[in-house]
Amino acid sequence: MTYVLAALLAVAAVLFVARPFLREPGARSDRLSEPDELDRRRLALLEERDRALDALRELEFDHRTGKLSDDDYRALVGPLRRRAAQATRALEPRGEGRERARAAG
Amino acid sequence: MAELGRAALVVCLGLSAYALLAGGWAIAAHRRRLAVSAQNALVAAFGAALVAGIVLVVALVRHDFSLVYVQRLTSRELPLGYTLSAFWGGQEGSLLLWLLVLTGYSTAAVYTSRRRHADLLPWIVPPLALVATFFAFLLVAIASPFETQVAPANGVGLNPSLQNPYMVAHPPLLYLGYVGLTVPWAFAMGALLSRRTDEAWIIATRRWTLVAWTALGIGQLLGAKWAYEEIGWGGYYAWDPVENAALMPWLAATAFLHSVMIQEKRGMLKVWNVLLVILAFGLSLFGTFLTRSGILDSIHSFTESSIGPWFLGFIALVVALSLGLVFLRLPLLRSRTRLESLVSREATFLYNNLLLVALCLTILWGVIWPLLSEAVRGEASVVAGPYYNFFLRVFGLPLLLLMGIAPLVAWRRASLRSLRGSLAWPAGIAAVVAVVLLLLGAGSSPAGLLAYTFSAFVAGSIGYEFVRGTRARRAVDGGGWFAAFSSLVGRNRRRYGGYIVHAAVVLLAIGIAGSAYDSVRSQQLSRGERMTVGGYTLTYRGSTQREVANARELRAQVAVERDGKSLGIVEPGKNFYPVEQQVSSEPAIRHDAMSLGDLFVILENANGDGSIELKALVNPLVNLIWLAGLVFLGGSLIALWPDPAEQRRMLERYALAPA
Repeated sequence: MTYVLAALLAVAAVLFVARPFLREPGARSDRLSEPDELDRRRLALLEERDRALDALRELEFDHRTGKLSDDDYRALVGPLRRRAAQATRALEPRGEGRERARAAG
Repeated sequence: MAELGRAALVVCLGLSAYALLAGGWAIAAHRRRLAVSAQNALVAAFGAALVAGIVLVVALVRHDFSLVYVQRLTSRELPLGYTLSAFWGGQEGSLLLWLLVLTGYSTAAVYTSRRRHADLLPWIVPPLALVATFFAFLLVAIASPFETQVAPANGVGLNPSLQNPYMVAHPPLLYLGYVGLTVPWAFAMGALLSRRTDEAWIIATRRWTLVAWTALGIGQLLGAKWAYEEIGWGGYYAWDPVENAALMPWLAATAFLHSVMIQEKRGMLKVWNVLLVILAFGLSLFGTFLTRSGILDSIHSFTESSIGPWFLGFIALVVALSLGLVFLRLPLLRSRTRLESLVSREATFLYNNLLLVALCLTILWGVIWPLLSEAVRGEASVVAGPYYNFFLRVFGLPLLLLMGIAPLVAWRRASLRSLRGSLAWPAGIAAVVAVVLLLLGAGSSPAGLLAYTFSAFVAGSIGYEFVRGTRARRAVDGGGWFAAFSSLVGRNRRRYGGYIVHAAVVLLAIGIAGSAYDSVRSQQLSRGERMTVGGYTLTYRGSTQREVANARELRAQVAVERDGKSLGIVEPGKNFYPVEQQVSSEPAIRHDAMSLGDLFVILENANGDGSIELKALVNPLVNLIWLAGLVFLGGSLIALWPDPAEQRRMLERYALAPA
């Protein structure tokens, strides 16, 4: 009985491991998908945008709670807004970005 | 049944090795189906380890003494709960627990990452599989819990000191912590292997690190509670290498949990964060090595130990591979941003990191030095409590102070004027507390007084942060105070959960500092005689003996009075375990709700003439340490609680990589 259970365990394990090949015996594409250079650039911009937006939220909150003086707030908020805007613009499709820039004057 | 257990371990080893090799080949040759197959192998390895675990549990419950492990650690007289806890009571069982938890975590990592970090997943499988292969190999070839023999009539029994409810929960929690640190390490290695040095691995691992860190923290507190109630010397932490083994990775993980925020918010400290993850994981392996290799008994027992050299070799391999990979990827880990000011939140986090790592490495040196000296000179040097206590003060007190300052400082830069404004309230509270304590005579211990003053400062700072934050939220959202408070915590669970954890550290510091004001007294007492200690009067009334399932209990009846008022009887004693042929001390502990301290009474000896030797301690504020555990757990759960809005944002950010 013990040996049967052990054999069953081994067979079940092999079947589970072989499952991707059994389900797709002749897969059209077997290449592991990885982010290309464009994906990586986009991800870096998304991180940059989120980091800047997060920093802006943090800045507002620190200013509101009195941790940040008015002078420091004014000195920091401008560059952060510019960084967030730049990253957002760079993430937009090219035509849309230009349209928006033109509309903004 | 033993054959099934052995077969399950062999299958587990095969699956883990396949996951390592096939997973490695899949990422090298970019093979999708092979990568999924390797992931499945890791999941199936969990199934096989689970079968092995179930076989051991069944053997324990059925008192199957044909298994050497079961016979060595249990007896027919042992209650069921402790029989089950023998699973992790010995070397082989605890290695099986490591494997079980590791493959369990790996399975969870595979399933949770398939949706959110599909492109990173193939790269984390080989590191996870490497560790699983090592532990499965140990269990198959070196230290099997399924070794058999001709079954004797009864077993040797479990060490009496392990027959304690806290010892049932302490090791599994420690292992959840130790092993849990494998996952952040695997993600870090996967990120370096795949050249993905963006924030994906940080985002993917912060919850894993928090889970492991929480389990390790609670596990250590349960261990301290066990030592307090079971070892019977009146303390809870003795800087024993086994205790330090769990503290070191916890300190490294604490540093990582703080510095990771700097990487998230500023894109800085990428190399430092990877190094901290390697340090935490390396120390968790080292901790297991310390407790399981026999090296603590003597350097010679280590060389004779079956698993010690293997373990040391594996730790060296892991550290060398990890550091080699960091070195190779250094150009990708360079940060483009710089620290803007030495007075900023990120700067305080940096100071906190340096202190935590310094404390961690100091403890590591204290643990290693006796081993090195024994290896080199043939004679072990002892690194005792004063060494550790000195460095705990040197690094711990500034850490406590920083814990109060950091929340009050803004990110990026803070002017000294606004910082002075923020510090005024907490510093005022701390000053008042210091004066009151001085008037009460707490100046007898300068370190204790400093710890209490800093604790008051941190408590003031946390309270002030909650009040200011709630006020700011209310100004924006309107509504009542409670709604504003809920919104404040709900919007940033990590930060405010973290503050609650800081409050737990304050309670812990106050509880620990209380030991500077302990009272101790030992005295021989005949029936009717009395002794006094810390305001208590103890009168010896006599002794009784009774038989229980697996022991003979001796108890001394001691009447307790304070200020002329009777507080009842306490019964310190000793248990004699006939099967194990051992004696354990069973102290009597009387909690005092008013002072949050304990009267701790130890029966040191029962003499033939009917007299006893009694030792009594009054431990002020010690119960705050256990309360800290509950607060710590609460804060960790708040920090861990998922934030749907952030999850959506992360999913959107990382969903760009196709599965």
